[in-house]
Amino acid sequence: MDRPLLHELEQFLGKDSVLSRPEDLLLYEYDGSVEIARPQCIVFPRTATDVVRIVGLANRYKIPIVGRGAGTGLSGGALARHGGIIVSFARMNRILEIDAENQRAVVQPGVVNSDLNAAVAAAGLHFAPDPSSQKACTIGGNVSENAGGPHTLAYGVTTNHILGLEMVMPAGELVRIGGKALDTPSYDLCGLFVGSEGTLALVTEITVRLTRLPEAVKTLLAIYDRVDGATETVVEITGRGITPAACEMLDGWTLRAVEAWVHAGFPLDSAAVLLIEVDGLREAVEQHAKDISEVCKMHGAREVRVARDAAERDLLWKGRKNAFGAVGRLSPTYYVQDGVIPRTKLPQTLREIERIGKENGFEIGNIFHAGDGNLHPIILFDAREPKQFERAVSTADAIIRFCIEMGGAITGEHGVGMEKDRLMPLLFSEADLALMRRVRDAFNPAGLLNPGKIFPTGKGCGEVRIRPMPQRGSTMTTPRVGGDIA
Amino acid sequence: MSTPARTMPSRATEIVGAANFTDDPGELAKYAVDGLRPGGAVQPGSAEEVAEMVKLAVAERFAVIPIGARTKLGMGMPPSRYDLAIDMTRLDRVISYDPGDLTLSVEAGIPLARLSDVLAQRKQFLPLAGPFYERATVGGTLASGADSPLRQMYGTARDFVLGMEFVTGDGAQAKSGGRVVKNVSGYDLHKLMLGAIGSLGVITRVNFKTFPLSAETRDWLAGFPRAEDAFAFANSVRKSPLAAQSVEVFDRRTMAMLSAELSVEQSEWDVAISAAGNEPVLERSANDLQTLARNGNAATFTALDSSRANTLQAAIREFPALMEKRSSDSVIVKATALPARMVENVQSFLSIAAERGLPCAILARGVGVIYFALLPAEREIARLTQCAKEMFSAAGKRGICATIVRCPLEVKREINIWGAAAGDFALMQQVKQAFDPHGILAPGRFVGGL
Repeated sequence: MDRPLLHELEQFLGKDSVLSRPEDLLLYEYDGSVEIARPQCIVFPRTATDVVRIVGLANRYKIPIVGRGAGTGLSGGALARHGGIIVSFARMNRILEIDAENQRAVVQPGVVNSDLNAAVAAAGLHFAPDPSSQKACTIGGNVSENAGGPHTLAYGVTTNHILGLEMVMPAGELVRIGGKALDTPSYDLCGLFVGSEGTLALVTEITVRLTRLPEAVKTLLAIYDRVDGATETVVEITGRGITPAACEMLDGWTLRAVEAWVHAGFPLDSAAVLLIEVDGLREAVEQHAKDISEVCKMHGAREVRVARDAAERDLLWKGRKNAFGAVGRLSPTYYVQDGVIPRTKLPQTLREIERIGKENGFEIGNIFHAGDGNLHPIILFDAREPKQFERAVSTADAIIRFCIEMGGAITGEHGVGMEKDRLMPLLFSEADLALMRRVRDAFNPAGLLNPGKIFPTGKGCGEVRIRPMPQRGSTMTTPRVGGDIA
Repeated sequence: MSTPARTMPSRATEIVGAANFTDDPGELAKYAVDGLRPGGAVQPGSAEEVAEMVKLAVAERFAVIPIGARTKLGMGMPPSRYDLAIDMTRLDRVISYDPGDLTLSVEAGIPLARLSDVLAQRKQFLPLAGPFYERATVGGTLASGADSPLRQMYGTARDFVLGMEFVTGDGAQAKSGGRVVKNVSGYDLHKLMLGAIGSLGVITRVNFKTFPLSAETRDWLAGFPRAEDAFAFANSVRKSPLAAQSVEVFDRRTMAMLSAELSVEQSEWDVAISAAGNEPVLERSANDLQTLARNGNAATFTALDSSRANTLQAAIREFPALMEKRSSDSVIVKATALPARMVENVQSFLSIAAERGLPCAILARGVGVIYFALLPAEREIARLTQCAKEMFSAAGKRGICATIVRCPLEVKREINIWGAAAGDFALMQQVKQAFDPHGILAPGRFVGGL
């Protein structure tokens, strides 16, 4: 890395805010995905002005720059694919304002999702997007990836809860869009920047909408001997006009893996469980829980348990949200996919995933947001065996292709990043992509901000995916395991 | 229309067919925007034809305005140029509707009311209850950024549009989003189309998330002598666990115009609440609301039967249309404030209108949106303009956004209805350049002359 650049960065940020030793860089060459890419340095700004100066330097030295929250992303969004400076927002982690009366909060991007939730809980409020990584992931990362989570079924994803942003543009100017009030007379720039995966700007402040905590919550666990029974239940719940707060499914393989670790009470001999939550007014919750139990039984649930108290409910959710830790105990390496289908296509899609797994010789577990058709197949592979990873990727691709055939999409909440850039043409025409590129180039003309993301590059995937950036002293040549998953 | 007009009839006829092109001045009067009449109008029958027409416009440098049912053409600033109207009303099909998935894909020219009938057959609906409901098209409603009372619970179109197809200013057919309820594949370009009044593209198809219709809805009306109490009550409802679909505050004059047949006791201020759900939920809502109203100094609290409720809700939805009907010179200022700060902004506007001697009517949504209508008894443009300017300035001092959603053309000559361009204007220009590099889409109408 350019010594003079490092020197300049250290000069205004301080030496303790710049990392560039090889052992430090190693820690930032991965995120929650299977991708690897090594940066040349990591900087820790404390203010938006710091970020402006960092961006100015990056422009002067023509070096890529990539924003990073907690690095829990699952598509390589926070990796320096072409090297460069990683801007970690770890030290910009203050909650600047909580306006409980108007249900707004203003936060810095490095605020951890569950920290914000803890801070507003006393006022009876929450920030609704709840990715499974919420104990670590940051609001800035949620904004970049337009993060989801189990409860987005009823509450919507991140973009539905963001009202304003302060951002440093790739050319270095500090800009504000939106604000605490609604309907700013402008284009819906928040709508564009949320979910742009860090390719259009570095976000330095976020105004969020807070949501009232529900008066009552009921969590149900429905247990099935047939996977089809579970998927058919999901279709029917929606069909009856009930929108649960969350509707999650674990198949037999996954629930056994989870049970062995978390002891959430999932019966080991079952083929699938549904974790369904209803919330709202007491009267509505009672009725919906009753209706849902009925639907579950109609579709062959052998048992429907209702969590009796908060502790039981927490345990069920612990089983769901820690599932990937549980899988990690069984397999050294796994690849988590993220596809979306129309929810009525769940039964045939799960059957097809099983078929694709068998055909390719992989065990595939399924744990996912059934209510909105957002699948997360987990492909277990052994990275020590040559070609296994490539085969896992091609298996995942086959699943995604099927999702698209069903009228779905290539990613529901993890983002395109560097994982799925090559799949974008399956969904979007040349004209669609050309327009998206024009928008990116309008804001990020030199392409220094988070290069190599979202847009297909035409490179073979294996090549980019596995090999770390050329860098002295690299020892890791195999992909990593995935992390938490929303 | 200048010289390019000569090429328009033959080329346009080739593209859309003779029956779907007009340059008859009488016909074209229908498409006039702020007094400016186009040189021709087409009614394309497909997205491809829309794209071909835009390509023709690029080649000939025609300025284009995409048009739906012509219910809100007075929005925005006067166009700087206007050669061709693209009338989207022939593109009015439901492309696919999957009730089981709660997803829907329609062409942009379909009227809201017709779409609502289709959905109602499957006990579903779209919370897109915009004004001019019977005629307004989906495309026009989205492009105008119209909101609805239902935003209290369902948000605005940005919260339930899943994807879109559109034709950009270079004649390319593009899309973003998709047809599934959760999707982060690529940039959400379709969000930019919402409220952009056609300045970025011609919307040809829209994918929506639909919603189940509730078994039952109920409506209540609470009357208050003082604005402070009415707004405080609205706030207390918002902060309660009750899940209201809509919470709307309005003054006596609005009430009088909304409905003469409601036969409820007259109040200075009223708050209308609508809730949906099963019987126990509605019973509980009724009880809690009554308690909140009583504790909030309400003079009256009335449960409306369904016929009166429907009349009232439809009238609230049609507020802009009613103001227009009342006075063709009416000015409607829209201001957005924090929900708990609405009353002070309303009162500041009220005192400005009173000082200028202009009758006014107010409708405010509990989420923080104020519609403030000035209703001059006779033609008095200068007074209207002055009053609007003072309201803009008062809003600016409080740091809130104010725009004018309708007004006579003469007022637009004196005041920029979008207010001053904000710090994000450079970004807006970049977006405009990416979507409409030749500047042919609705030029001059949007914020800052975009």
